Amino acid sequence: MSASAEATVLITHEVGLHARPSVKFTKLAKSFAAEVEVAVAANGPWFDAKSIVKVMAAKAPKGTMLHIRAKGDGAQEAVGALVDLVQRDFDEDRDHARSA
Amino acid sequence: MSPDPQGMRAMRIEGIPASPGYAEGPLFDLDRPPAAYTSKASAAQEKATLKAAIGKAVSRLTALTEAADGDGAGILEFHIAMLEDDALSGPAFASIGSGQPADIAWRQALDAEIAGYEASDQDYFRARAADLRDIRDQVLRALSADSEAAAPPGAILYGVDIAPTRFLETDWSGGGGIALKGGSTASHVAMLARSRGVPMVVGLGAWADKPAGVALLDAEHGGIVLSPSPAEFETFRRSSSSFAARQGKAQIFLTQPAVTKAGTPVKVQVNIAYPSDVDSIDIGSCDGVGLMRTEFLFGKSLPDEETQYHAYRKVLEWAGDKPVTIRTVDAGGDKPVPGFTVEETNPFLGLRGIRLSLARRDIFRVQIRALLRAAVHGNLKVMFPMIATAEEYGQAAALFAEEQTALAARGVAHKLPPLGIMVEVPSVAIAPDTLANAAFFSIGSNDLTQYVMAAARDNAAVANLNSVRHPAVLRLIASVTHFGLEKKIPVSLCGDAGGDPAVIPALLEAGLRDLSVAPAQLAMAKAAIAEVSV
Repeated sequence: MSASAEATVLITHEVGLHARPSVKFTKLAKSFAAEVEVAVAANGPWFDAKSIVKVMAAKAPKGTMLHIRAKGDGAQEAVGALVDLVQRDFDEDRDHARSA
Repeated sequence: MSPDPQGMRAMRIEGIPASPGYAEGPLFDLDRPPAAYTSKASAAQEKATLKAAIGKAVSRLTALTEAADGDGAGILEFHIAMLEDDALSGPAFASIGSGQPADIAWRQALDAEIAGYEASDQDYFRARAADLRDIRDQVLRALSADSEAAAPPGAILYGVDIAPTRFLETDWSGGGGIALKGGSTASHVAMLARSRGVPMVVGLGAWADKPAGVALLDAEHGGIVLSPSPAEFETFRRSSSSFAARQGKAQIFLTQPAVTKAGTPVKVQVNIAYPSDVDSIDIGSCDGVGLMRTEFLFGKSLPDEETQYHAYRKVLEWAGDKPVTIRTVDAGGDKPVPGFTVEETNPFLGLRGIRLSLARRDIFRVQIRALLRAAVHGNLKVMFPMIATAEEYGQAAALFAEEQTALAARGVAHKLPPLGIMVEVPSVAIAPDTLANAAFFSIGSNDLTQYVMAAARDNAAVANLNSVRHPAVLRLIASVTHFGLEKKIPVSLCGDAGGDPAVIPALLEAGLRDLSVAPAQLAMAKAAIAEVSV
């Protein structure tokens, strides 16, 4: 069975998809068998969502529309779970309050 | 500053404070190169050695994680995840295959990654280069079986930059500090230093190659004195004990109204960014909310009227009779909002603050209705950001009047709050008489400073120019304050300067009697006010 899924989600976490958020994101991606990729533009380039080096290299700051796509077993679930994680701000306490 | 040719006389080097405090101690060189690596006989052996070294580095970090607290553990987990990712080591193993020894292969692969981060135009990404260097050096040390020397207790660690693991391995219980020629206030170590109270200064630039002996680190103002004279020791120790006393005493001030040494009362309000911020603030410890930002509402999507109304109402009810000054949305500049702000080449000078709200009136009217309705639940004041002309104020005020009439016609409970302005565009600071019909002035010292000094506040390369204490900025603050006094227009200040103990005396001397500060700065700000004799 070859399922595939795709979604976009707005990154609202203050520092974007970096360091700790990336650790959580790639760990979650690795928990799925499907091949998962991310991009900061609809036409790519696409990065392996299970590699923190690649995800960090995407350099996605706050306000980025993150594109996520998956292929293979559990593709739908993988995309859903990753979108959910981004929407929950990676379960991080928001810090870095804006200056006046 | 050029190094002293004799290398003996005292030298003070200025930098940027990253974590406030004072440290006096022996210098410890962070930039000592790792021991030499001995090449192996075959590529297969080189690969095995590199693999083992990466594993050793991971075990070392894992052991450190167990002793680290939340922030520290988060950083170490990030380093471990990077080290365990084949995408990081792949290029190194490939170049071993083509004849390179393990250490050179690893260094080249990591240096390429590091260069990518260093080339970023954003502070946050550039700051990650320090993490990558740390990861690189962890493995290089494991390769050459180099055990890193521990810094003596109380030492001032100096170098181009400091590795997060070095910070976490160091025992700070005996004092000490960090002095960096490069570095960044946005680095992981700066964050850790602030939460642990370790004094840290960054951006010191080049200095004498081999400084030795005891140095004095002033991380309150940002500087280090090498080879200090006895007089400098004395001055330093006075400043240091005054800082410690201020910190210790500050907690006593928290719950009391702020007064100067001369008995002049000063209002101290808080700046908040999220409605939930008030959950951890005792309303008794402050005189109200001097600035409630509303950009938070515009994070995920454009917010509806009910969401806004409930957010404002929560804070108003928390504050009771005390004033809550809500700033209409200040998007644009360094705060883009998808679907609202526009792409500009020079966003700080573009369509931001009130300019954007007036350009997108459909969105602005939603916020205005929510504010008018929330006003019945407390002591609301509303201010407009980035006002440059009387016309802008007039247009914004007219929209409030229109929406008020509409709500009245529908029989919806509402109240028109006093409408004031942020004083942050130089045109208003220079000619405040053009806005004399505003209900109040709130000086936004961060933006006012960046516009007066023509130095972007998010650019570390011009951070030294971005000083609120420049006479030009202070004179404008004094002139606006005096104009307000004369015309009976209340004036307050809500930028970072309001909570900075080093700047508070100048602000009170300029005539200000109402400051709004970050909640964490309340105690220190009140303590600093008590030292001023105006």
